[in-house]
Order: sequence, then C-alpha cells, then structure tokens
Amino acid sequence: MPSILSISGVSKTYATGFTALKEVNLDIQRGEIFALLGPNGAGKTTLISIVCGIVNRSSGTVTVDGHDINRDYRAARSLIGLVPQELTIDAFESVWATVNFSRGLFGKPANPAFVEKVLRDLSLWDKKDAKAITLSGGMKRRLMIAKALSHEPRVLFLDEPTAGVDVELRQDMWAMVRRLREDGVTIILTTHYIEEAEAMADRVGVINRGEIILVENKAELMRKLGRKRLVLELRSPLPAIPDAFSRYALELSPDGGQLTYTYDNQAERPGVASLIRDLEAGGIQFRDIDTQNSSLEEIFVNLVRREP
Amino acid sequence: MNVRAAMNLRAVWAIYRMEMARAFRTVLQSIVSPVISTSLYFVVFGSAIGSRITEIDGISYGAFIVPGLIMLSLLTQSISNASFAIYFPKFVGSIYELLSAPVSYLEIVIAYVGGAATKSILLGLIILATASLFVPLTILHPFWMVAFLVLTAVTFSLFGFIIGIWARSFEQLQLVPLLIITPLTFLGGSFYSINMLPGIWRTVTLFNPVVYLISGFRWSFYGKSDVSVGVSLGMTIVFLLVCITIVAWIFRTGYRLRN
Repeated sequence: MPSILSISGVSKTYATGFTALKEVNLDIQRGEIFALLGPNGAGKTTLISIVCGIVNRSSGTVTVDGHDINRDYRAARSLIGLVPQELTIDAFESVWATVNFSRGLFGKPANPAFVEKVLRDLSLWDKKDAKAITLSGGMKRRLMIAKALSHEPRVLFLDEPTAGVDVELRQDMWAMVRRLREDGVTIILTTHYIEEAEAMADRVGVINRGEIILVENKAELMRKLGRKRLVLELRSPLPAIPDAFSRYALELSPDGGQLTYTYDNQAERPGVASLIRDLEAGGIQFRDIDTQNSSLEEIFVNLVRREP
Repeated sequence: MNVRAAMNLRAVWAIYRMEMARAFRTVLQSIVSPVISTSLYFVVFGSAIGSRITEIDGISYGAFIVPGLIMLSLLTQSISNASFAIYFPKFVGSIYELLSAPVSYLEIVIAYVGGAATKSILLGLIILATASLFVPLTILHPFWMVAFLVLTAVTFSLFGFIIGIWARSFEQLQLVPLLIITPLTFLGGSFYSINMLPGIWRTVTLFNPVVYLISGFRWSFYGKSDVSVGVSLGMTIVFLLVCITIVAWIFRTGYRLRN
C-alpha cells in the first residue's frame, strides 16, 4: 500500500541546543490507524508539529500524499487535520463560528450541512451557539476535533486525544476514530495510554529520546515481543522450587502456593507441555491453571527501558 | 493561474470576518470608548480651554485639533487592534491552527492588518462625524484626507502586527504604545502647530514621524501644514515600507512564530 505520509531523515534541534528528533524515518500507510507511543518528552509532539508546519525542522524531508510540506505547503496542509494536546480555543467565539472559521481557513467553501453533521456526530449540535468558554473540558476536546474535521482532512493527527477525558467520552472517540478510518481517513495518534493504542491501532511506532526505536504491526509486535505467563495454583504449598525445575526459571509466591512460569514465543525455552509433565512426574499437583498475555504496555516499558 | 487559485481568499475572508465580528462583539471597547474619550478632548480642549486660545493659521482652535485627534485615535487603535489580534491566539495557543493552515504569510498579513485597519478607519470616520457636532469642519482635499487615513491605518496596523508578534506578555504588548506611541502622538502637533515651538524644539520635533502624519492630514482638511505635504506623504510611505520589510523578515525567519 502506498504511504500517505513520508518522513525522511527528519531532525530537530531547538535554539536552546536541545535535540528533540534525531534522523527520524517513518512511513504512514494510507487508511491506517498508527499509534505513536513514547514517554513524555520523547519527541512525539515535535514530530507532529513539524509535519503540520508549526515547527521548522532542522533537516530532512516530509511529504504528504506526495506533496512536500515546504515547496507545496498548501496542498500538503489542506490534507491534514490536527487536534493538538492542549485545549487551545478562542474562548469567546461560538462553537458554530469557530468551526466554520476553521473550514474557511483551510480554503473550503461554506457548507453548513457538513458542519452540522460534524457537530451532530460529536454531540455538539445542542451547543452550537454556546461560547467555547462555557463548555466543559470534554466538550472543548470535541470542539477541537470538530475544528480539525471541519475541512474534511485525509490525514488526522490526534495528539494525546483522550488525556483527561472520562471513560464514556473516550469510548465515543474511539468509535469516531474507527468511523473515520472506514471513510478512508488515515489517523495518527500519539498517546501514552497504551490501552488506546492496543484497542485501536493497526501499527505501532515507539519513539524514545527523539528516535524511532520500533515500527511494527500491532498484532505482530505483540506476537514477537509479547510474553506469556502461566500461573499454577498448587494443591499444597511448596517450601522451595525443587532443583529439577531450575531450567524453567520458575517463580514461587511468598506463601508457596503459586508457581509462575514466564516464557515468550521466540525464546528457546522448554514449553508448557513439558513443564506440566515434569510437575506430574515430580508429584507436584495443581488445582487451577491460568495463562496471561503481556499487554502492549509491558512491551512498551520493556522497549523503552532497554534503550541505553 | 488565476488569483483565486493562487491565493487562499477564503482564509483571508474567514480571518477578516472573525476580526470584524470581534470588534462588533466588543463594540463598547472598540468604538464607543474611543468616541467618548475623543469627545471629552473636544469638550476640554476645544470648548473650555480652546475658547481662550486664539486661532492658529487662521483656523479656530476647536477645528484645528480635529485632524490631530483623529490621528491620535487612528494610531493607537490601529496598533492596539492589530497587536491584540495576533497576540491573543499566540497567548491562548490557538495560533497552531493558523500556522498549520494552507495560508501564505501574505494572506495572514492582508487578513489581520486589513481587519485592524478597517476597524480604525471606521473609528476615524465616526470620530470625524462626532467632531462635526462640536465644531464647523471643512475638508478641502477629501481624496487626500481618505488617502492619509487609509495609509496611516494600514501602516500602524502593520506596526501593531509586528508588536503583537514580538510581545511575549501583555505588559510588552502595552509597552511600545504607552511609552513610545502616545508621547510621540502628543508631541507630534495634535494640539498645537510645531511652528509655535522655539527653534531647537522645532528641529527636534522633525525627528518625530507622527508630525508628518498629522501635518499632512491637517493639510487635507484646511490646506495648511507644518511641513510640506509631499514630505508628509513620503515619510508615511517610508514608514509603511519599513513595516512591510520587518513583517517580511518575521515570516521568512519564523521569528517568535515557528520554533
């Protein structure tokens, strides 16, 4: 699939001397939901700001659907919608006025029916005449999204879209993002809520200290790096793990009633079947068994920690 | 390529309309307040004190100060309108939208400066109408009156735009208008002819650019000026070009807009 956004060798060093991005290369495929994960200060917002034209890059090139963001900035920017992290709205404008303003700013002809649809989809229609200052935090967040969608972007950046948002609104936003994807909109979201990426993303990129350290299909990533855990509830507590089981690197709970075996799909460790056989042979009986997959969060933490 | 395709005129119109809507939303602050303060000048300087002052260049004192007072409002309002218009989105952070939109620098300047200049020109005309209630007015050169009005409004709106981009706080936003523009305007011949000053001060005054604006504007009313009208026009255009150059540099370098 051809990429809709291509970032090549992009670096950014601020006037203070701080290097926020180091030779970043990233291709975003048309119509995908891409989650860019990274701890605070990793460079997520700087990268988005460069693509959107808010921050000047120090080097490298960026194209949006083949349009260079400098040479052909009008074509590139008109394809992009941005929902920034901070709630930054002209507080004294009405919802209707500010959304229509955004549409005009991006060069689109007035289309009240479309703007009405956007506001209805985001449950803002009842508030169309309200001033932004009177809206709740969640509604302001929706308004920011409405502004970004008002000009019918093909690429939507959501920078920490659900930061400080309640569970219900978060679910609504996820549903909205999926609807947009069905309409062919490419979505790039930055988050440090890993569950958000886990629930929605097709691919995941991890950025740390200004470098992209991994880009992978989410399912593939979880398969490759995901660790599995087998927890055995023992019938009678063990004082210690018998030496015969040392090759499994088991963990025994402090009360001796639970054995945990951690393994991953790629490591050449003995399998679950052989462990169970050995337990039976050793006379260790268990009354319950449970397996757990590690979450994307654990994968992410491991990746970031692994960095020097 | 036609102009419509080459320029994002819808964006210019969207910004311009939003700026005008802001003026009408804050009509008390934007229009009524300057009209009241100008009327007070007429009452105090025109009628109360002015009645004891003899004519200047054959013009009654009340009528003499009208062009200066209009210029005073035009300058301060153009600067404050334009500086606030660009500083406010910077302050609240909504500037991100402008910077990420498919809008050229020229379009941003036309929209913001156009909005600020329109507001101050409207205000100037309202003050002119208000003044005509207090003193008999004649406008000998209406074309040049409008030309000076528009040129000054655009020039100082550009100047205000520069201040709005430069300012990092509301204090800085007020600094230049309060410490530089207001003294220059008061000392620029709003309330007197610079020919009334003693020799050395008259020479010093000629370094004040506001003198040329007020002198040229007053000439368009009464045909009398402190300095030649050609010099007035030339100085105004020079200041306009200086502002255009600075704005062009700001956008080329992203000064205090893009990191």
